Amino acid sequence: MARDLGILIIAVLVLAATCESAVLSPVSESHRSAALELFSPADGSYGSLEETYEALKTFKVLGIEKKHDIRTSSCASVADTLKSTSSALKDFVDALRVNSILKCELNSEAVRGTQSRFKDSLNGANSLIDFYYSIGGLVLLKEQMSEVDVNLGDADRIFRSIKALGQSDGRWRLSSNNPESSNNAAGIALEALAGVISLATPQIGNSLITTLKNDILKLFDGIERYDDGTYYFDEKHVGARGHQSPLSSSASVVRGIAAVAAATSETLNLPGEKILGLAKFFLGVGVPGSAQDLYHQIDALSYLENIRQVLWKLTFFRALYNKAHPDLKIYSSDLDFVAALVRVSTVLGSPAPTLSVRLMQIFVSGSKDASVIDQELKFDAVSGMHVLETLPKNIDVGSYVFSFEVIFHNPEHKKTYVSGGRTRVLVHITGVIKIDNAEIVILDGDRGSVETQKKLKLPGDNTVALSANHLQKLRLSFDLSTPFGNAFKPHQAFLKLRHENGIDHIFLVGNSGKKFEIILDFLGLVEKFFYLSGRYNIQLTVGDADMENSFLQPLGFVELDLPDAPEKATRPPPQAVDPYSRYGPKAEITHIFRAPEKRPAKELSLTFLGLILVPFFGFLAGLVQLGANLKSFPKSTVPSTFAILFHLGIAAVLALYALFWLKLDLFTTLKALGLLGMFLMFVGHKTLSHLASTSSKLKSV
Amino acid sequence: MGRSATTKDAHALFHSLRSAYAATPNNLKIIDLYILFAVATAVIQVAYMAIVGSFPFNSFLSGVLSCVGTAVLAVSLRIQVNKDNKEFKDLPPERAFADFVLCNLVLHLVIINFLG
Repeated sequence: MARDLGILIIAVLVLAATCESAVLSPVSESHRSAALELFSPADGSYGSLEETYEALKTFKVLGIEKKHDIRTSSCASVADTLKSTSSALKDFVDALRVNSILKCELNSEAVRGTQSRFKDSLNGANSLIDFYYSIGGLVLLKEQMSEVDVNLGDADRIFRSIKALGQSDGRWRLSSNNPESSNNAAGIALEALAGVISLATPQIGNSLITTLKNDILKLFDGIERYDDGTYYFDEKHVGARGHQSPLSSSASVVRGIAAVAAATSETLNLPGEKILGLAKFFLGVGVPGSAQDLYHQIDALSYLENIRQVLWKLTFFRALYNKAHPDLKIYSSDLDFVAALVRVSTVLGSPAPTLSVRLMQIFVSGSKDASVIDQELKFDAVSGMHVLETLPKNIDVGSYVFSFEVIFHNPEHKKTYVSGGRTRVLVHITGVIKIDNAEIVILDGDRGSVETQKKLKLPGDNTVALSANHLQKLRLSFDLSTPFGNAFKPHQAFLKLRHENGIDHIFLVGNSGKKFEIILDFLGLVEKFFYLSGRYNIQLTVGDADMENSFLQPLGFVELDLPDAPEKATRPPPQAVDPYSRYGPKAEITHIFRAPEKRPAKELSLTFLGLILVPFFGFLAGLVQLGANLKSFPKSTVPSTFAILFHLGIAAVLALYALFWLKLDLFTTLKALGLLGMFLMFVGHKTLSHLASTSSKLKSV
Repeated sequence: MGRSATTKDAHALFHSLRSAYAATPNNLKIIDLYILFAVATAVIQVAYMAIVGSFPFNSFLSGVLSCVGTAVLAVSLRIQVNKDNKEFKDLPPERAFADFVLCNLVLHLVIINFLG
């Protein structure tokens, strides 16, 4: 629905600038380079036709020559999509959109085929998306192929059926089944209705158009805003199409409004402040990181550009002021220090018509009173900026708010441009503050007479060595004045006394006019100092945002002699332990082990090992003496094998026990023992029963 | 005179015991010899412990109890095998021997486990 029409919306001129937040800059080179980076095609094409369209539209608005030659592949894909019968409506519309930018050579047969598809779906449409795509397709066809007849006969009916999905708060629902309404859907609906209006023959009745305008105004009632005047549309519910960001919802609404403005020849009276706020919102995004966000931003700004937004950029500089006042420098809160001054342009960076910028008022920051200046800035045609040449006389070091206003030379422009009235910018005027008559004095308590007096050079190196007891007072005084000789009150003026063991005491230095003075009466401070005598280091801090020579300096030390603390006095707070020592290595621990048992000498053990074997040999000798024999060992084969196996089995079990002692664990042993045991049982039974039978035979015989 | 009488009585007692013992069957004598062997081993172990101290006490116990246990089992074997014992008349000696072997094997498993 992109139409590059002239001005159809009356609004007052938009001057986007801000009170205290960052000044917005219009679309610039950074946007162009981001577009080239984000929209770089992967092997010659962008993937879907939708992405291709987004890329092409963004490049077109930003004025980038298409470096990537995607025309052939895109045109081919457009032609394919239009020819195929299985594409969805959305694909047709995307293809036609791409074609509207690329202007490929298309087969008129395929185009006519799509026309009938669109008409059919329009007749059967009942959800907002169907209406949007079918009407959108017909509008695109009409502007690309003039010979195609796409006029709608029953436009009234279609208009009413789309309007039926609208709600009283200005938003639209996606279909009659879905009760959730959204701003995004409203934008889509507005585009669809604008399409109906443009395609309708005969013309749609004025009453319907009026109701449409009222709907738009109602939609604007639901706009959200930030405190700095930025307006945007956001969704309260997550719709069927997933979560829509404020950027895409606001872009959708802007597209819808621009389409309606383009389709109707009358004017829409939209609140200028809200249009300005929308422009601020889109510019406030900066340079988006994703391709789709960049597309939404640039697309919406291009439509707003049709409303002719004007944006300022305020930049101040040093060069001009150094000539007049070498001590005074002036800079603005966005730290943009380059040469010139106020540049007025539209949101997309195009130049503004002839106008003049006037400095109307200067407020002292933080106070309500202002001096009315009404000074015009000179326009430098070469650089295209408005220059503020001289500052008003009574401006000294400090923070100010400058209020500017734009005046048009041609009153007609008032109708077509939107400005935001007075624009305020925070300005800091900094300078070098003079410090005079600095001295530090020890006074005798009662009489007030000076005991020690030392002059200080501030800022500079000072090491004074003073000593005082609790009956005396310490006085520090100095004068502060601006380059113009006026009194200056800095944000910070502190005197710090730090004891040797790290305890700090901080005092504020008060002033009357130019003179700053602090008197420390030690008699009253004895308890505050926790009765700690000793050396206290003195440190003075004087600082301000507008003071260029702010300083934090040690001045020296004072030896204080305070009386001893009574028992009831509060102890000084414990100083923080060095945090790193907590994680350092701890002391070495020496373990005390139980003394090992005394073991016997090796020879003794070996002797007894030998001695143990003696009874065994005695046993064998005794056996021989008794005449033990193996006569009843079975002689025949089978019983003898069993007998041998029996003995072997017992030997195996004993060997298993030895192995168990040496290295096995109980469970393996038990397992093996189980197996061996069963074998042994069997064999033993056989042998012993054989022996029993032979002995019983002997007995019976 | 009393002394010589006692000595003579002791001698006489000793001789009668010896001759009576000579009458015991050979297998019982073998078992007795085995018992003697086991006890002697136990005594030597106790003497060793008395000299060096009982540091690995479990090992000492294990060793001593192995000897004592096997002696006890042998004693019970002797009781069962002895033909003069009316109580075990019907028990075949092979059966008693099988019990002896089995119990010894179990005893020695426990001993080896406890030896450490």
